[in-house]
Amino acid sequence: MSVLVVIECANGEVKKSSLEAASYGSKVAADLGTTATAVAIGDVQPDALKGLGEQGITKVLLDNDKRLHDFVGAAYVKVIAKAAEQENSSVIVLSNSNIGAAIGSRLAVKLIASLATNVVSLPQINGSTFTVRRGVFSGKAFSEVELTSDKKIIAVKKNALEFDTTAGATATVENFSADLSDADFVAAPKETIKQSGDILLTEAEVVVSGGRGLKGPENWHLIEELAKTLGAATACSKPVADVGWRPHHEHVGQTGITVSPNLYIAVGISGAIQHLAGVNSSKVIVVINKDPEAPFFKAADYGIVGDALEIVPKLIEAAKAL
Amino acid sequence: MKILVCISNVPDTTTKITFTPDGKSFNTAGVQFVINPYDEYALTRAIELKEAQGGTVTVLNVGEADTEPNIRKALAIGADDAIRVNIKPTDAFLVAQQIAHYAKEGGYDLILMGRESIDYNGFQVHGMVGELMGIPTIAPAMKLDVNGSTATLEREIEGGKEIIEVALPLVASAQQPMSEPRIPNMRGIMTARTKPLQVVEPVGQEAKTSVQKYELPPAKSGVKMIPAENAGELIKLLRNEAKVL
Ligand SMILES: Cc1cc2nc3c(=O)[nH]c(=O)nc-3n(C[C@H](O)[C@H](O)[C@H](O)COP(=O)(O)OP(=O)(O)OC[C@H]3O[C@@H](n4cnc5c(N)ncnc54)[C@H](O)[C@@H]3O)c2cc1C
Repeated sequence: MSVLVVIECANGEVKKSSLEAASYGSKVAADLGTTATAVAIGDVQPDALKGLGEQGITKVLLDNDKRLHDFVGAAYVKVIAKAAEQENSSVIVLSNSNIGAAIGSRLAVKLIASLATNVVSLPQINGSTFTVRRGVFSGKAFSEVELTSDKKIIAVKKNALEFDTTAGATATVENFSADLSDADFVAAPKETIKQSGDILLTEAEVVVSGGRGLKGPENWHLIEELAKTLGAATACSKPVADVGWRPHHEHVGQTGITVSPNLYIAVGISGAIQHLAGVNSSKVIVVINKDPEAPFFKAADYGIVGDALEIVPKLIEAAKAL
Repeated sequence: MKILVCISNVPDTTTKITFTPDGKSFNTAGVQFVINPYDEYALTRAIELKEAQGGTVTVLNVGEADTEPNIRKALAIGADDAIRVNIKPTDAFLVAQQIAHYAKEGGYDLILMGRESIDYNGFQVHGMVGELMGIPTIAPAMKLDVNGSTATLEREIEGGKEIIEVALPLVASAQQPMSEPRIPNMRGIMTARTKPLQVVEPVGQEAKTSVQKYELPPAKSGVKMIPAENAGELIKLLRNEAKVL
């Protein structure tokens, strides 16, 4: 029995959401009286993986196959399944990213395992029962789910749990190969297009988001400048993406991206229930709206009633002075 | 081209979520159910492909008889026929098992569905169906085109997108901006009544998870308002009080 953590990598580094998964996996391993091994896939330097020791990982299996630098579901699943078999893993921990969820579902069938996505708690392990808490109804509720198969796969939601580090601990890195064949790469991407902008919405700690209250794309420089000053990513409400003021990958909410940053600043957004569904697990929510009755204030921690075009420049100025 | 679109029946997006007093189940009293919004993107794209290239669109729902109004709605939007697998969908694996079975039987070229349902938010069924059928799954897909026996898709990845070309058959899960959902017109609603809706029995009932209880998040403690004149104060509070900057 062991715990296996899947580490996503890009641009030579481990993704932050994977550090959280590693920390989670180590805690589960400690509860089960075993150790946590990681399997790393993607574009990463072996040295960057040693640092996973700080999250409690003892050993990292690294598949160096260059074809894995892009995400290919079938190939990733084969690598992880082989690592799980070698390590005799009964629990596999992933991040609840697009990649994590895509792998988790295929792996659940391949390994005949129970799968819980969007998980926000450590498991409650009680004799033979193993239960986790997960977000449901688009963030409007939680459920306690029992994973009833012998093998269990957990996809951990970003920013949902405290994340521990032990400074200076290092993991050993071992080369690993799953003997992939061309058939595993039939759905390999032909081309990868990186999103412009420095900070990824899904990885951001701070998000500055604009709605129809901004009046038009000509005012978006305010959102961008505030975001830049705060080291934040930018987002928007659905109608803003629908009319083309902003690209669709910035649309957050029930039918867009779900975010859970430390700080979400909503500017000129009404706070419709479908928008809230994608942002209400943010730690702190700030709302700026000229309508004191805007529903978003009910979900907010801090609020300012006023015209966005006047308020945001003041915030930029204050942020620059920090 | 034979396309299968899987739809789920979910509470309307404006529903206030409540649970029975024992916390064991979702309170459906007074709740209106709709086609899962992500599934609507899949359905509309399937109909567009059929209109442009010919073929058929079958919708499949795993659910009890109360889901039929939304299956009829999918027929009214333009699907040709429908299958309902008569079982309460309690777990993603259970649902995927039904879909994979009927999809194999029907010999579909494309199996489309939404990236996740807005009730249980599993983001699981598409990958499970792909694995059960031994065909690729592209999830989540923002664009889908078909040229002969090859599909071209745009897949969302953290930080960008990938362009993928892959031979049919395949499973894809839809998200915006794959298509612009349509509202059924009168003619669609009339013809939907006569389109075939086949009710079939489930093949196995194996679930791998079981919900023990539901809970609502704790209420927010209230909003702290800052006067517009002192807007800059907010930044200080975020640093010193909330400690998020
Ligand atoms: C099935 C379905 C799914 C949906 N999914 C999503 C989703 O994922 N994400 C999403 O965002 N929406 C979604 N919606 C849409 C949602 O219901 C709302 O329509 C949308 O969130 C409103 O966006 P908004 O707040 O930017 O615009 P509006 O509703 O137009 O609100 C603009 C707000 O800005 C304020 N304002 C105006 N001028 C100023 C100013 N000068 N300064 C400050 N404030 C100002 C107004 O008081 C108002 O509160 C969905 C809807 C449906 C039916």
